[in-house]
Parts: sequence; C-alpha cells; structure tokens
Amino acid sequence: MAPPPHRRPGFSRKAQYGLFVTYVVAIAGTIVAALLLMISVVDPAGFSALRTFGSEITAPVARAVSVARQSTQALTRNFSAYIDAGSKNATLEKELKANRSALIEARALRVENARLRGLLNISANDPQQVAVGRLISSTASSTRRVATLSIGRNFGVERAQPVRGPAGLIGRVIETGPTTARVLLVTDSDNLVPVMRASDGLPAFSAGLGNGLVLIKPLNLGESPFKVGDIIITSGNGGLYSANIPFARVIRKTSDGALGLPFADPANTPYAVVMKPYMGAARAEQQAIAPDGKTKEVAE
Amino acid sequence: MKIPVSAIRLPTRPGREYESRFDREQSMLKMLAIPIASVILASMVTTLPIFSSGPLLPPFGLLMFLSWRLMRPGLLPVWSGVPFGLMDDLFSGQPFGSAGLLWSLAMLIVEIIDSRAIWRDYLQDWLIAALLITAVLLGGWWIAGLAHAAPDPMILFPQIILSILLYPLVVRICARLDSWRLAT
Repeated sequence: MAPPPHRRPGFSRKAQYGLFVTYVVAIAGTIVAALLLMISVVDPAGFSALRTFGSEITAPVARAVSVARQSTQALTRNFSAYIDAGSKNATLEKELKANRSALIEARALRVENARLRGLLNISANDPQQVAVGRLISSTASSTRRVATLSIGRNFGVERAQPVRGPAGLIGRVIETGPTTARVLLVTDSDNLVPVMRASDGLPAFSAGLGNGLVLIKPLNLGESPFKVGDIIITSGNGGLYSANIPFARVIRKTSDGALGLPFADPANTPYAVVMKPYMGAARAEQQAIAPDGKTKEVAE
Repeated sequence: MKIPVSAIRLPTRPGREYESRFDREQSMLKMLAIPIASVILASMVTTLPIFSSGPLLPPFGLLMFLSWRLMRPGLLPVWSGVPFGLMDDLFSGQPFGSAGLLWSLAMLIVEIIDSRAIWRDYLQDWLIAALLITAVLLGGWWIAGLAHAAPDPMILFPQIILSILLYPLVVRICARLDSWRLAT
C-alpha cells in the first residue's frame, strides 16, 4: 500500500505543525509508558488497582463462558464413561483389591499418629478454608502464569493466601479485587514453594519454569536423589502453605534436581479452595515485632 | 464529512429501500469506534477461560493493532500505541506499561519504514508484522524478567510461530471490519 498522503502536508503551516505535534506526542507518550513501566518494575503491586479493574469488568463474561465450558466437559466425560465402562470396571476391581490392604495399614497409622500427637501435645493444626471459587481465566499470552479467581474480597479472600484444588496446590493469591482475585500459579517462575518427597520427607524447593512444569531442587548438595514417579507434597516449612498438600509428580531427573508435573491442572480443576495461611497467627506475631525489611535493634 | 465510495451496494435491509442510494454518508461513530473497539476486544481475549501451561495464546490485541496500522496507514495516529498498549496491559498480566512502551516503539518503527519505503505489498506487510511480533514478544519477556524471575526464552518459540501464522487471518478479519466500517 502506498504511504498515506498526510506525510507531505504541502505548504500549509497548520498541517505541518499538526504532523509535527503527532510525532512529539508519540515520543512523549513512549517516554511516559517507559516511566510507568519503571514504576511497575520497582513496585510490582503498584498498579494492581488498574489490573483489578480490568479483571472485574471482564469477569461476568469469563464466568459465563467458564460455566458453559465446565458443563460441556462434564457431558463429554459422562459420555466417554459409558463407552469404556467394562474395561474400567475390571481395572477398578483390581485396584480395589490392592487398596484394601493399604487401607488397613493406613488405619493403623492413623491410630499411631493420634497417639504420637497426643504425646507431643500438638493440636490438629487444620488449615481452615476461607472460600471456594473457580478459576475463570489465565494469562495465556504472557510469560507470567497468573490466573483469575471468581471470588474476591466479598468472600474474604486476601493477599498471600494459598489456593488449592481437589488434585493439589494451585498457587497463592497476589491481588484481590471486590469480586475477583489473581492467583500466582505454582508454575510461575516467581513462585517458590517449600516441598518434600512424600515417601521419606526429603526437603526441597520448587520453582516454576513457566511452561507448565516445576523444578524441584533438594536442599542437600550432590547428585539428585529423585526418581521418576516420586510424589512431591508441600512440607509446610516457613508457614503459608500447609503441609501435605499434593504438589507434583517427578517426570524427569536432572543433574541437580528434578522436573515435576503439578497435580493441579488449572485448565481442568473444577473448583479452587482459598485457605488461610498456614501458621498465619505465628507469622502475624512475628511481623508485629519485626516487620518485613525492618529489623529493630535489640536494646542490651 | 463526505467520503466518496467507489461501489454502491444494493440495499439488503427492506427498510432502506426507500432511502436515497446516492450521496450517503458513513456513520462517524462507526468509522471511529470499529478500529478502537476491535483492538480492545482483541486484547480482552486473554480474559476468556483459556488455560495454557505456557505462553501459547497469540497476542490478539497486538495482531489486530498491527493489522489496522499496516492495512490502513494514517487511520491510527502515531501516538496510538501508548493508549492501546496500556489498555492491553490491564488484561495481559505483564507489568503495567510494558505493552504501552513496546507497541508505541512498534508504531514508530512502522512509521520509519513507511517514510523510507515507497510501496509495500501484502507479503512485506506480513514480514514487517512478523518481525515486530517477535520483537514485542521477546521485549515482553525481557520486561517481565526485570520485575519477576523470568523463564527460559525458548518457551516463547511456539507462541511466536503461532502468532506469525495467525497474522493473515487477523488481517482478513480486519479487512471485513474495514468494509463494514466504511459501508454507508
């Protein structure tokens, strides 16, 4: 296409200045955008009000589509369940036999656990759930892995609350709006989760890779102790995420850790439970004495 | 403002049969609102319940914006990258200002190309768009890495390819919208 005629405004001074002003505005606008960007890089939570506004106004549509999508998924699931009912029945019978013995062992363990807890005088520190919502959208075109939750401050959702689904840990709340909240998924590169191996409690950290997988790094040095198929659960270290939430399954061993596939798939999770931060009260007391980033000198 | 149209279509709606077929004017509202609304709605696609394990969804807002700019030079002013980009930042999840800066730079680059090149055809448009899409996505990755921990840039590769391949489709949607915009 030929360049537009406005590029050569002729001898009209007014047109020439008009053209000049658009370039000045464009460059000034670029500089303003760069300044806004610098502010949001320095203070990532700074423009959360604007983003919240964005997700609030689009939430009704996202909610409606999400409901339609979930009912369609349920329909196809029911339909396919009829087709392979016979083979599934045989597999389930086999699993049932295997599970029966495991169940007996688990019952014995529960009794023993209760006795040990009684000895140690630990009350069952059950993490209480705050509210139950659904994930209604995600940042599918950005390198950040953030999802939008269908509930917000109206259900008591606050920043830094863990979010889990029926299958496992989903992430943590980073921003809240009146009726929506934004959840940083465990697969985001920014999200560090203290975890352990379910079989022996080997402590490790998990960091997202941004491509749907997490990198599990053990605390101890040396060769990676993980095996493919290891089950990783949260360890509850440091508060925030309570212990024993299913987290990921190891799918590949690397030289110094392992790659894990999180159990909770945001695309497939029927609901998301927002929970109170684990050991939240202890953390609050700690914060009251020494707020983040400010340590008080102890008078001798 | 009267804009001559080269082809006058027969009226399709029965209610318009008795209106004049000559000397009609386009609706000013439609002419201005369609490009603006189409770019903003394309930016909002990311708020639909589409979940991907990595960045895979093409940046439809950017594709639509580049299509309008390359297909209709002079329609969007040079500074329009800033407001459209900031609007996109509300929905994309990137640090606020990221698209505002990158789209505006893309706009200035197209402006420079237009001032040097005498003529460009569809394939050259696609090439320009492909380079700009790649640059904007990589720039977005770099900016997200300034504020937060950044993943490996290779995870952007599928998204870049998908976006480049989807550009012709978006141009066609844009052309349909344009003929609707200019219809009398």
